[in-house]
Amino acid sequence: MRDGGSADGVRLTGIAKAFGTTRVIEGLDLAVRDGEFLTLLGPSGCGKSTLLRIIAGLERQDRGTVCIAGRPVDHLRPAERDVAMVFQSYALYPHMTVAANLATPLEMRRLTLLERLPLLKHLSPRRRRVMRGIMAEVRAVAEALRIEPLLDRKPAQLSGGQRQRVALGRAMVRRPAVFLMDEPLSNLDAALRVEVRHELAELHARLGTTIIYVTHDQVEAMTMSSRIALMDQGRILQLGTPEELYDRPASLAVARFIGSPPLAVLETVADGAGGIRLGPLRLPCGHHFASGTRLSLGIRPEALALPLGPDADGPALAARLTRAENLGAEWHLHVRLDLPGAPPAIVRLTAAELEAARAAGLLDDPLTLVLRARGVHLFGPDGARVAPRPAPLFAAD
Amino acid sequence: MALPAAPSAHRPLALIAEERRRALTGAAFAAPATLLLLLIHVVPIVVLFSLSATDYELGAIVTRAVGLANYERAFADPAFRRSLANTLLYVSIVLPASVLGGLLVALLVHARRRTRSLYEVIYFLPVTSTLIAMATVWQFVLHPTLGPIAAVLRAFDRATPSFLTEPDLVLPTLAFIGIWQLVGFNMVLFLAGLSAIPRDLYEAAALDGAEGAIDRFLRVTWPMLGPTTMFVTVTSAITAFKVFDTVAVLTQGGPMGASSVVLYAIYLEAFQYFHLGYAAALTVVFLAFVIVFALAQAFAFDRRVHYA
Repeated sequence: MRDGGSADGVRLTGIAKAFGTTRVIEGLDLAVRDGEFLTLLGPSGCGKSTLLRIIAGLERQDRGTVCIAGRPVDHLRPAERDVAMVFQSYALYPHMTVAANLATPLEMRRLTLLERLPLLKHLSPRRRRVMRGIMAEVRAVAEALRIEPLLDRKPAQLSGGQRQRVALGRAMVRRPAVFLMDEPLSNLDAALRVEVRHELAELHARLGTTIIYVTHDQVEAMTMSSRIALMDQGRILQLGTPEELYDRPASLAVARFIGSPPLAVLETVADGAGGIRLGPLRLPCGHHFASGTRLSLGIRPEALALPLGPDADGPALAARLTRAENLGAEWHLHVRLDLPGAPPAIVRLTAAELEAARAAGLLDDPLTLVLRARGVHLFGPDGARVAPRPAPLFAAD
Repeated sequence: MALPAAPSAHRPLALIAEERRRALTGAAFAAPATLLLLLIHVVPIVVLFSLSATDYELGAIVTRAVGLANYERAFADPAFRRSLANTLLYVSIVLPASVLGGLLVALLVHARRRTRSLYEVIYFLPVTSTLIAMATVWQFVLHPTLGPIAAVLRAFDRATPSFLTEPDLVLPTLAFIGIWQLVGFNMVLFLAGLSAIPRDLYEAAALDGAEGAIDRFLRVTWPMLGPTTMFVTVTSAITAFKVFDTVAVLTQGGPMGASSVVLYAIYLEAFQYFHLGYAAALTVVFLAFVIVFALAQAFAFDRRVHYA
């Protein structure tokens, strides 16, 4: 697609990995652009962490090649690959101060083995000079992350968020070509997670370093990423920007995974004349399927509306209200559509819209719901999305 | 404010009764353990201290209090001073060798995958065996004419030193047997410590550049084993101080007191010469040594050990 434009930060070709007889990753290709924030998103066990560890060199792939900044690194040890990793557990050295933790990657690179040995290290006159330079860099990184006052503490004396920052600092201090992050926010509480999410995105904008970020949390993926690679069972289902994944999901599986609350999936059949049947409704879909072909219609919560103001027109569906959830700024109406099987769906309303609907008597059973074109996706018998022709779906009506 | 006055006059009484009942229940629960502690630890120590201030001999009709005379005699007694020096020498050989040996074996065994349990059993076997029985086996192994070592040395036309009867060799030989028995036990403790080190730390170290065996050991393994090392050192020191059975079976303190250790000296005084009062004083001295040693170690370690 647009890969040709910029240089590759990381390129994976034909990566395969099996643990015993369990195949975790099968023939995976991925090109991560230089400087982008790429998220590997997927349910647990989809192979995303294994893929990250293969890039880091902590795990060796069975087949395939890893290239970082244009050079193959398959034969290189983790430290030689010019990558730094932030672990889910942070993996800070618990017996060292924050300053010593941050200094470790630099000490390993700039001091000789002799200069790192206990007692003997004091024999080297060069060591003191090198260490002074290292500590200056450590302080600069600590300042950037606002952990300077913590430099003399040990990890056990830090809060979760502070530890997370130290782990980030230990990765930053080396100025690697690529940051690898393995669910770095999963040990933080909800409020802190939002804050750090914001800081990470800012950090990425400031440093411009390639970040490969593993998470199972779609909100993290959607809010921070330049692009998302949605993975399942060792394969990439779709690679694209957060908008592409949300607005143009390649398949039903992608559409189901991305989006919260999840989209409603209705089973429909084609009528053989370029339309689909949805109970009493016939929707033109601009695609000709043989009559009786089974299709799935995915409806995002925002595609369903009460017939209020500008939404009053459009294909209408009857539904029964089962529960109304108050989320403060907005309400989620849980409904069952008046279709065979009574499929469940969710309608999103602002508090003001709910008030207006109640005043207009629109909340009395049965509800009438209007289908908007945006947020409705049609999926073929194989689960692949049927691109509307002409876009959008049933615009002609 | 609005509470009626009458009930509040009764409440303290009721409360006091309730508190007393709870205190009694608590005391009743604590009583068995307290009683056992008293019987097993406190009373014997009190008896020991009182005995050490008398000239009590087993079966004696008259016993006099002698104050600190027993202690004065102990420190002037060349036999006891020698056994004290021997014990310290024995500890100074066995302690570092068994701790470092246990660590080394644990590191090697930990790296094995399929053969790990086999090696664990082999190294742990000496711990499970009775040292008295094993001492007899060692006596045979080390025998200057009949033993397998002698046979091997003969094949190379070398004379076999008499390990257990030569004054310069006897203590190192006993120390070797002590190490042989302790290494397996220490290995198991170190293995447990090694298994508790998170794999993440090694991976972080690998990415940071600490990949060589020396760097991995110094940055991760050794500091993370701190609490284990401290425990192993203190228990090994106490075990080494208490050396008795090999001496009693193999050398009886000989030749000429060259392998006499404190516990053996106490045993001789108490159960061969029946000088129970004097033996009690020696025991107190020994106890003081062990406590001072253990405390010194604990303090020395505590400042440097990191507890996760």
